[in-house]
Amino acid sequence: MEEYSVIGKRIPRVDARAKVTGEATYAGDIELPGMLWCKVLRSPYAHARILHIDTSRAVQLPGVKGVVTGKDFGGYRWGFMPQTRDETPLAVDKVRYLSEGVAAVAANDEDIAEEATEMIKVDYEELPGVFDPEEAMKEGAPKVHDHAKNNISWEFHMDYGDVEKGFRESDLVREDRFATGRVTHGYLEPPAAVAYWDSSGITIWPAKQSPYFIYRHLAACFRLPLSKVRIIQPFIGGGFGGTKNDSLAGDFCVVLLSKMTGRPVKFVYNMEEELMTSRRRHNIIVNIKTGVKKDGTLVAIQTRCIADGGAYTAIGPLTMYLTGIQTTLPYKLPNFKHDIYRVFTNNPISAAMRGHGVTHTRFAAEIQMEMLAEELGIDPAEIRLKNAITAPHETINKVKVNSCGFKEALQSVMERPNWKGRKERKRREGYRSWGIGLSGCGFVGGARQLGHQSCGAIVRICEDGTVNYLTGATDSGQGSDTVLVQIIAEELGLALEDIEIKRVDSAMTPVDAGSYGSRVTILAGDAARKAAQDARQQIAELMAKQWEANPQDIVFKDRQVFVKGSPEKTLSFEKVARIACYSGTGAVIIGRGYSSYGLEPMDFDRGMGSPGTSFSFTAQTAEVEVDMETGVTQCTNTVIADDSGRPLNPLLAEGQIEGGAIQGLGQAIYEEFVMDKGETLNPNFRDYRMPFPLDVPKITIIDIPTEDPNGPYGAKEASNASITSTPPAVVSAIHDATGVWIKELPATPEKIWRALKEKK
Amino acid sequence: MKEKRMNKIKITVNGKIHELTIKPWRTLLEVIREELKLTGTKEGCGLGECGACTVIMDGKTVNSCLVLASEADGREILTIEGLADEDKLHPIQEAFINHGGMQCGFCTSGMILSTKVLLEKKPNPTEEEIKEGISGNFCRCTGYTKIIESIQAAAKNLR
Repeated sequence: MEEYSVIGKRIPRVDARAKVTGEATYAGDIELPGMLWCKVLRSPYAHARILHIDTSRAVQLPGVKGVVTGKDFGGYRWGFMPQTRDETPLAVDKVRYLSEGVAAVAANDEDIAEEATEMIKVDYEELPGVFDPEEAMKEGAPKVHDHAKNNISWEFHMDYGDVEKGFRESDLVREDRFATGRVTHGYLEPPAAVAYWDSSGITIWPAKQSPYFIYRHLAACFRLPLSKVRIIQPFIGGGFGGTKNDSLAGDFCVVLLSKMTGRPVKFVYNMEEELMTSRRRHNIIVNIKTGVKKDGTLVAIQTRCIADGGAYTAIGPLTMYLTGIQTTLPYKLPNFKHDIYRVFTNNPISAAMRGHGVTHTRFAAEIQMEMLAEELGIDPAEIRLKNAITAPHETINKVKVNSCGFKEALQSVMERPNWKGRKERKRREGYRSWGIGLSGCGFVGGARQLGHQSCGAIVRICEDGTVNYLTGATDSGQGSDTVLVQIIAEELGLALEDIEIKRVDSAMTPVDAGSYGSRVTILAGDAARKAAQDARQQIAELMAKQWEANPQDIVFKDRQVFVKGSPEKTLSFEKVARIACYSGTGAVIIGRGYSSYGLEPMDFDRGMGSPGTSFSFTAQTAEVEVDMETGVTQCTNTVIADDSGRPLNPLLAEGQIEGGAIQGLGQAIYEEFVMDKGETLNPNFRDYRMPFPLDVPKITIIDIPTEDPNGPYGAKEASNASITSTPPAVVSAIHDATGVWIKELPATPEKIWRALKEKK
Repeated sequence: MKEKRMNKIKITVNGKIHELTIKPWRTLLEVIREELKLTGTKEGCGLGECGACTVIMDGKTVNSCLVLASEADGREILTIEGLADEDKLHPIQEAFINHGGMQCGFCTSGMILSTKVLLEKKPNPTEEEIKEGISGNFCRCTGYTKIIESIQAAAKNLR
């Protein structure tokens, strides 16, 4: 691999100092002079018609400056696609989930705003609700939306090869039903924004990981040109998809209330509001049928899935697409059929979360592969190795894989002593039983959506040799700002401290599709590299004239600029920048670039073609100790062999993989919303149990280096694969320890205890 | 109408004495953020479960969202803004920077202050003791591994 100056180095984050000193400012930290507080009144019913809203008492409360209801938004609706625009900023005629926003107040302080919401009188006619997606699909079930027959919000059908023929030709066929849990992102920073409306339009500081979504939503809702919508991005306290990738009631309300009052308005949801109302991961029933040959060769997979979509569509169609598109990875699969139904219910809205879509079907497919291997008497690692793809590879649904270290990843976890010595290891000690499980995963990076999918970059050279770099991409904690600055520094031969990155400001930064689907390093990185190269070329051309050299021979390295082979022609970058900026009557050196990977045709509706630029791969083992009396499980050790291409900053890439794995561990054994007729019974962090420090196993990451042609310097995605491969590895380990299979996530002590009792 | 009575308190925050008149139901967190404008202390859950609002009061960590400001009367409080010595960062801050001990940064203030109290009590902690020492501080981004490594490095630098 080529040696770089700053690329591939373990470099601390560029925002680290601001974060360890408390200087980093998040949306909730912003305070403007004369600022009002907004509170949202929420529905006490999961499904009800709104008959009448009386705001007269609230308006009269001293300190209240404005009240809005759903009707004040002029009929605006938004959604992922033109045909799925079913959500309004506040409910208009009907509420469809418990705690949906109904009205909002702006007042001098938070206490008054809250008191005022309690003074708004809403008359409802309660309607029968439907909370189970399978029930919701039946004839005669209550309708969540009038237009949706059998409450079907979206469906996808993918059919490649001939699964029926495949099953006939298989030696062993299994059918199982799996289910994934109702889980959420669990970031610590609740949704928040401060907005201000004046003659220049909207200025808003929102907690968004993809600020250009709300940019378009606000322009459409308030009928303003995009040039008058200014999104200024504060620091973001975690995202992981979903809520912070979409607009919320609070966002629209603070803008309208600012327009009405002429004052800045702020909202911060409390954690209960966040957990009751925010977009969460779909919980999905996965019926899966797999056929294999005697030697373990995979012949056919058929999946039929039902997803609880909750009350609105949001980004659901993309989730449904993703549940199918990657079932053909990371194993060779000649026949594949996938049918999925996203069903409206009166539960909170389901949307994207890290491991988006893939985590459900990969969990089912990995566990079923274990079951098949067990029946056939084949080693679980051998069956994976036998079927593992190698690059270059094209799946039956024309997903192209240009680099793949999956086999190497499998081999490297198999060589570890914990896997090799597993059969000799003592398994039972007192009540505790030990087990180890294996899993594999391939995950798309540089993800595409329909429509705008590019990232842009602007690199402005200052006359003193420092650089302002503008990107529309967002660092919500993953470290992308650092990686992008590394790219600019690498291309210009500078140090990180020479590059200044400002956070997104839609009045200044180039439009960007957003931070989702592991696309920032790959696509914003591609744009950054091109913009830096453009600026470098402009300087090189000027210096080539001066030095009577060829522009291609001008080298930028270690803050020096020189002509290759002529060391006497060397100047500091600082001097060169000054010469360039002062050339002629004075020049403006601005480099620009935009990403251009991923332009091959794709058929979204049929699930054909690549969903992104490249694929990361993991092979993972997890060890558990299960208390056989109580079912309580502790994950004690996990080894993740990860092919994320060339990690541009291993310190940060490891952090992503580790974080993804622990989020996956939560999903595997701890986390689950408990629901009762649309009510989330555990909307707090004590009862919605996420992993705390004492729950964390020892994590070993093995880097499997590959270089992908469709990523800057060969980079691919990190962390979507590890969140996806963790649950099947842990559940297989539980099986290894106990002999029982848990097919519904999370594998709670109760489920394990019941399964053990049944087994006896 | 809510009660009109106000409480007078005197608290020392990061070495500076503040005399404040506050509503009796105000929490220490609200006073730190809204009255003193020290927004490095974060509100996550507001229920004492996540630890994002951790500050040090008289040498012990507290969830400032669970402490009424009136209870802090006469006490000495350290927030994240008071940890560095002017421009010179505390070794714990340095360690978190160098070892990737934060991602989004929202838990970081509380995590660092819990680390400070932990290392004062146990200058040479085992990994298990580190996990126990930060067991009241939730982090969703890192999976804790890099935080634990940061604390080990900080302990070494402080010894």
